[in-house]
Amino acid sequence: MTWPGGSRWLKRPRLSAGPLVAWLIALPVLLPLLIVSASLFAAETEVWTHLRSHVLPEVIVNTLWLVAGVAVGTALIGTALAWLVAACDFPGQRFFSWALLLPMAVPAYVMAFVLIGQLEYAGPVQSWMRAVWGEDAGLPPIRSRLGVILALTLVLYPYVYLIARNAFATQGARALEVARSLGLRPAAGFFRVALPMARPWIIGGVMLAMMETLADFGTVAAFNYETFTTAIYKAWYDLQSIEAAMQLSSLLVVVVLVILVLEQLSRQRTRYTATGAGQARRFRLRGGKALAAVAFCMLVLTVAFLIPALQLLFWSVAHFDGLDARYLGLAGRSLSLSAMAAALAIMIALVLAYAVRRSPGLLAGLGARVATVGYAVPGPVLAVGLMLPLVWLSGVLQGGADWLLGEDRIIIALQGTLLGLVAAYIGRFLAVAYNPVNANLLRVSSTLDDAARGMGLGPLGVIARVHFPLVRGGLITGAILVFVDVMKEMPITLMLRPFGWETLALRIYEMTAEGQWERAALPALTLVLVGLVPVILLTRRLDDGGGQSASEKRRPANLESAHAA
Amino acid sequence: MSPFKSCLAASLLATLFVWLPVAEAANDEVVVYSARQEHLIKPLFDLYEEKTGTRIRYTTGDAGQLLQRIQGEGRRTRADLLLTVDAGNLWQAAERGLLKAVDSPALRERVPEHLRDPEDQWFGLSLRVRTMVYHPDRVEEGELGSYADLADERWEGRLCLRSSRKVYNQSLVAIMIEEKGEERSEEIVRSWVDNLATDPFSSDTQVMEAILAGQCDVGLVNSYYYGRLQAREPDLPLRLHWADQDGAGVHVNISGGGVTRHAGNPEGAQALLEWLSSEEAQRLFGSMNFEYPANPEVPPDPQVALWGEFRQNPVNVRHAGERQRQAVMLMDRAGYR
Amino acid sequence: MLLELEQLHLAYGRTEVLKGLTLHLTRGQIGCLLGPSGCGKTTVLRAIAGFEPVDAGEVRIDNRVFSKAGRTVPPEARDIRIVFQDYALFPHLDARDNVAFGLREGRRRERRARAEEMLAAVGLAEAVRAQPHELSGGQQQRVALARALVARPRLILLDEPFSNLDVELRERLGIEVRAVLKEFGATALMVTHDQHEAFAVADEVGVMNQGTLQQWDRPYNLYHRPANRFVADFVGQGVLIPGHVSAPGKVNIELGRLEGRLITDVEPGTDVDVLLRPDDVIHDDDSEMTAEVRYKVFRGAEILYTLRLDSGNRVLALVPSHHDHRIGEQIGIRLDTEHIVAFPRATAEGAWCPTEPPA
Repeated sequence: MTWPGGSRWLKRPRLSAGPLVAWLIALPVLLPLLIVSASLFAAETEVWTHLRSHVLPEVIVNTLWLVAGVAVGTALIGTALAWLVAACDFPGQRFFSWALLLPMAVPAYVMAFVLIGQLEYAGPVQSWMRAVWGEDAGLPPIRSRLGVILALTLVLYPYVYLIARNAFATQGARALEVARSLGLRPAAGFFRVALPMARPWIIGGVMLAMMETLADFGTVAAFNYETFTTAIYKAWYDLQSIEAAMQLSSLLVVVVLVILVLEQLSRQRTRYTATGAGQARRFRLRGGKALAAVAFCMLVLTVAFLIPALQLLFWSVAHFDGLDARYLGLAGRSLSLSAMAAALAIMIALVLAYAVRRSPGLLAGLGARVATVGYAVPGPVLAVGLMLPLVWLSGVLQGGADWLLGEDRIIIALQGTLLGLVAAYIGRFLAVAYNPVNANLLRVSSTLDDAARGMGLGPLGVIARVHFPLVRGGLITGAILVFVDVMKEMPITLMLRPFGWETLALRIYEMTAEGQWERAALPALTLVLVGLVPVILLTRRLDDGGGQSASEKRRPANLESAHAA
Repeated sequence: MSPFKSCLAASLLATLFVWLPVAEAANDEVVVYSARQEHLIKPLFDLYEEKTGTRIRYTTGDAGQLLQRIQGEGRRTRADLLLTVDAGNLWQAAERGLLKAVDSPALRERVPEHLRDPEDQWFGLSLRVRTMVYHPDRVEEGELGSYADLADERWEGRLCLRSSRKVYNQSLVAIMIEEKGEERSEEIVRSWVDNLATDPFSSDTQVMEAILAGQCDVGLVNSYYYGRLQAREPDLPLRLHWADQDGAGVHVNISGGGVTRHAGNPEGAQALLEWLSSEEAQRLFGSMNFEYPANPEVPPDPQVALWGEFRQNPVNVRHAGERQRQAVMLMDRAGYR
Repeated sequence: MLLELEQLHLAYGRTEVLKGLTLHLTRGQIGCLLGPSGCGKTTVLRAIAGFEPVDAGEVRIDNRVFSKAGRTVPPEARDIRIVFQDYALFPHLDARDNVAFGLREGRRRERRARAEEMLAAVGLAEAVRAQPHELSGGQQQRVALARALVARPRLILLDEPFSNLDVELRERLGIEVRAVLKEFGATALMVTHDQHEAFAVADEVGVMNQGTLQQWDRPYNLYHRPANRFVADFVGQGVLIPGHVSAPGKVNIELGRLEGRLITDVEPGTDVDVLLRPDDVIHDDDSEMTAEVRYKVFRGAEILYTLRLDSGNRVLALVPSHHDHRIGEQIGIRLDTEHIVAFPRATAEGAWCPTEPPA
């Protein structure tokens, strides 16, 4: 028996292509990593021996402390803020809802410098303390383990916040009501129900923060705190051994993969589909509690955004050296690169998430893991790993061109094209797009896929017409994150950009590398401002429900709208 | 347009740029890769363009990555001329075969021997001094001597240093190894670390601010950082001390350049490099960043001249590159972070 | 009285949702609020549970005031359990732990043991360790019921408990749920828009419209003695036919004169609308009165005919299914009314709620 469209549907391959697609997408990461790990065996004994005995022990301890500290810090701050803003009602809640994302636009190295500048022995705070309480007054040293953790936590908490907020917004207030209806006090309801239910999202966000921490160079350098990344830089530039750098990188990648796989295994049985779409009312905070909520949000916003922004503003005004037309070009290139990468990344993330969803086997899942591991790999490692194959490919093409057109008639240099650059961005930041998209997709029942396939849609059709609208919240989240990350990205841009493509981040780096923070302030401020626009626009859209899925939309965010006649 | 389609369009747009034909470098154009900051080279380039009509296109960036890029681009590189700070980087570039020898009597004549490559692949253009800065309220000028003297117990808890990650410190130690041998150098560095008042800073400016605030009394900085701080605070109470004047002389380093091996326009690059060593350009070099002109015939900026005369360490700066790895390992062993 | 709602008023912004709702429920009774969607049923439950503060009126349970204007006892302090429309099972807990979650006291092992007993009581003994997503809709519903019942709360609220299930399951589960609730002696209040569910589960049913209770009564009375036009229209099938009260107990309509007890209070001489249920219209081939068959719905034992009278008015008739007539055929009918339900024509009450919530 046949039915309309049925035969077409049957003929379509049963997307066992899933693993293939996943691994194909993993290519921009896999290729560099393979090249990187190939050097594992080309051991250069002198440098490696030195690193092992004099650098690695401290670096490993340092890195573990840092990553653990940032994980705890971002989880605490990000989750607490997300809960307040998404499930509670207090004065300013709507404002904080988007304002608390602003720190994301502040580059981590700027935060580091501001923290150090303010809280250092020679800084204004401690100088004032000495003036008031005498020479012995002071703070614990800011250039310390705790200081780095603080700086990175303040910049990276928005990752947890954004993703957890999304989760709490769709189920937080409701989970709390269910718990309270079962006799739990609100606090207990939060810890025993809302928090465990949001766990995969929170962990997803914390993972991003951890990976970002592993790959961070600017902040740890400002604190002179040695981590795996600084060790990689040291091996590469200072010890002039690209092999040793690659060896370190592959070690780092292995560690990250192990963590990711463990995390994957830890939640295999539980499936976090939505609890449903009942109506719920935000938990109203009153009196002291409302005040505490406002104070907490305001404190984070002040330290993580207002103070750095004001500092930048202050420097920009004090050292205003020409806001000329070049800034338009810089900002324009930063914007267009970020927008391109963000659009491409979420498309690829969606395809990847779909491929994994259709083929539940380990192969596709592992492919997705590899595709997203680039986030933890320091940018330059990825860049050089990608540059070598591009150079090789250019060489091959050049040979062909020379043979066809004669010697040196045209120059082919793929490594300096947008293709290579955007591919590297994708390799580096796919995780940022993939995590929220995948988390949202997890909540879309797979029966919907079947229904759509049954109506004659192919895999791409399902993605375009079913998943895309349903996971828009996740897509917007992912796009914001990638956009801002690319905006702030430096080493990959530096190595792979087309000739003359200066960006704001590059300009900032150029200044800060020589300690000229005041001169870096103007481009940094421009970067923050340019980065802010899409962050605000998109989050407002997310808040207005434009980014909510159809099923979420039926659930009134607040009851007024549902009952307004 | 549906959101899906607009995303698709944006993605396609991304790949559109890929096959733009790469323009061939014109003959009257010189392409420069510079690790020296834009605002420190642009005035020079502007002047050169104005005088000669040669167009200069440049891109700036981190030295290590620019080298990597030139290496990756191989014979298809756009770069004609590489400008970078620190002799270590120039030595690296030569070592990796990225530069080509330039036969130029003018350069040989203007740049002192210890500030250029013996094989003429690179030439120093400006000179910076890495020396001691101190607070005269707490330190007598006479107490200070050579770098090695900072290892003395008397400086315990009074010394501030920048991170060993900075190439300036690596070059300083590399030259020290060249002079005093590895063993003796390691002893000195260890004692420095013992004398530190606080963990190493990430910039020279922070070192000076710490001395100002009283956290420590003496530190090691590049002379131009001192100059910048002085320009900002004319009453800066800190003073410079020219190190090792009774010994080998104060440690100097350079910013400089070399013509790339696969330069499309090597003549243009060489002409530019020669002009950069000329008196006209050297004056500009000296006036911009509180550095000293590499060309000893050209006087430094008046403000810089006020710091006084000094005797340079005559060891060729290429040793900074040669022994960089050794120096880094030594500092790691000595616990200098 | 276990539950007393007195003159509840509640508004969302400017939209009044509850307008003076009064309702009483005795211990052990199963009540049900029936009404079209968007008429404030769920809001009543949320107000009883303590999620919505009330603007005026009182919610009393066991003679204690739980909600009044300016004061709301928090939900967790009310000892009330809710079975949510979507069951709201916790995805991170298995069935047993979901049920045990409803217990506040005792050690973990004891709580789990009681949860297992409870699951057995609702017929899910074999599914104790299943994750929610591994259970069918009906099973999830029973887990939710078990979770609500396990702590023996003083009141259970059920919010459209069967709406996510297929129709056949609904009726069976309705009977089961009633049996379980009765077995535990629970007092319960359910809301639904489906009268069959309401009739299957509840002892007494309240019909709600536009934030007020229209009638609170046994199912039989709702059907046969509707208090007003809205209840008449919402509960059961039937049509309103214009008529005139000629004398007490006598109403003239175009199909002839009805004689019987007038349920509603109408003076002779008034124009009325008379409710005719499908079972009031009897098919009789011998009758002189005929009507044209316009639609028919086969229902197994019976056929429901929609008939067109000469005046153009329509009536419904429930006829044993062997009387199979074609559409367009004229068939004989007669009336068989025991009592007469008639509403004065002038009254505008019974305005409809929209069947869909406003967008």
